Amino acid sequence: MGKIVAGIGSSHVPSIGRAYDQKKQADPAWQPLFDGYEPVKRWLAEEVKADVVILVYNDHGTEFFLDCYPTFALGVADSYAVADEGYGKRPLPDFPGDAAFSEHLANHLVADEFDLTLCQEMALDHGFLTAMPLLWDHDDTAWPVKVVPLLVNVIQHPLPTGQRCYKLGEAIRRAVEAYPEDTRVAVVGTGGLSHQLNGERFGHINEEWDKQWLQRIQDAPRELAALSHKEVMTAAGAEGGEVIMWFVMRGAMTERVEEVHRFYYAPMTTGIGLLALNNSD
Amino acid sequence: MPDTQERWGIPGTYVFDLALSRQGYAINKMCNSLKFDENREAFKADEEAYMERYGLSEEQKQAIRERDWLRLTQLGGNLFFFLKLGATLGYGLYTIGAQMRGESYEQFMSTRNVPGAT
Ligand SMILES: [Fe+2]
Repeated sequence: MGKIVAGIGSSHVPSIGRAYDQKKQADPAWQPLFDGYEPVKRWLAEEVKADVVILVYNDHGTEFFLDCYPTFALGVADSYAVADEGYGKRPLPDFPGDAAFSEHLANHLVADEFDLTLCQEMALDHGFLTAMPLLWDHDDTAWPVKVVPLLVNVIQHPLPTGQRCYKLGEAIRRAVEAYPEDTRVAVVGTGGLSHQLNGERFGHINEEWDKQWLQRIQDAPRELAALSHKEVMTAAGAEGGEVIMWFVMRGAMTERVEEVHRFYYAPMTTGIGLLALNNSD
Repeated sequence: MPDTQERWGIPGTYVFDLALSRQGYAINKMCNSLKFDENREAFKADEEAYMERYGLSEEQKQAIRERDWLRLTQLGGNLFFFLKLGATLGYGLYTIGAQMRGESYEQFMSTRNVPGAT
């Protein structure tokens, strides 16, 4: 039987990828970040030992264009390419998919009334890529886990509501638990925390709000999910609105969760949050 | 800028909703094409012809001529797409952001917690 064995919330920021590729682990500006992810990487490798990762992300004008924009899109392939975001392709191996598991998810989620766009090809940009090498070790050719990318529209309003994302997470848990194979599944919700990349308010961050988020997503996730996009964006910035992707992860976890690790760092234009959760029910 | 922006009412913020997206579609479609090297070369060789080919309005063309990123945002340009235009012209994210705030690059950097983390 499938089982959800970890829930991770993690920001995605292009500069983190550049710092990783340029091996800035010991650079004073970046060391706190890499150190902050290390305990979670160890926990995932030594205790969680996931077979598959469902990673919830958004594309940033890389693979999907506005001519035809899905609200939710699920990868159903056996491999996924690393995208070139215009500065050359990052030196990361392409990702192995799990088409059989994806197919199960697609069947189950659509039957559960989540009408997903299904993708046979998806090149993955920093929305997907940022967290992966910080959470799982890789070599030049391989990753230790298979992946299922799940894209959410957080670019063009109307966005799905926080509650819809939360319910999608709940449906994912039902689907995983109905999977006949013994498969250990980690769910990663990416994005946020506070940041804004447009207008006179470019660079807006809200550290206080971010720190509360890291607590309340554990204790009061339904209250958070009931906030309107306007309320979230007013506090956390226009692009901070993408935090709704964390609700997919949270909805896939049990009602009560146990915090394994928490980290926060706001060096430049994004409040970078990391949260590792265990099911406690 | 479409009236729908008023319903968001967030100061200094342009919410990329469907109305703004429709208004800026030509900008974003043109910018999206700049992910290919041959298109970047074509744009640099003749900006006016390239903008004409994508049907930008005169206001939109003028914002691009002036490298006015705030105006481009107000006219429906989406940063994730016009970053490709920025890359073609040599404008990075923080340069664009500082300009939208009405600051120099140095002023903007001095407002950051750890300006070395770029
Ligand atoms: Fe994002």
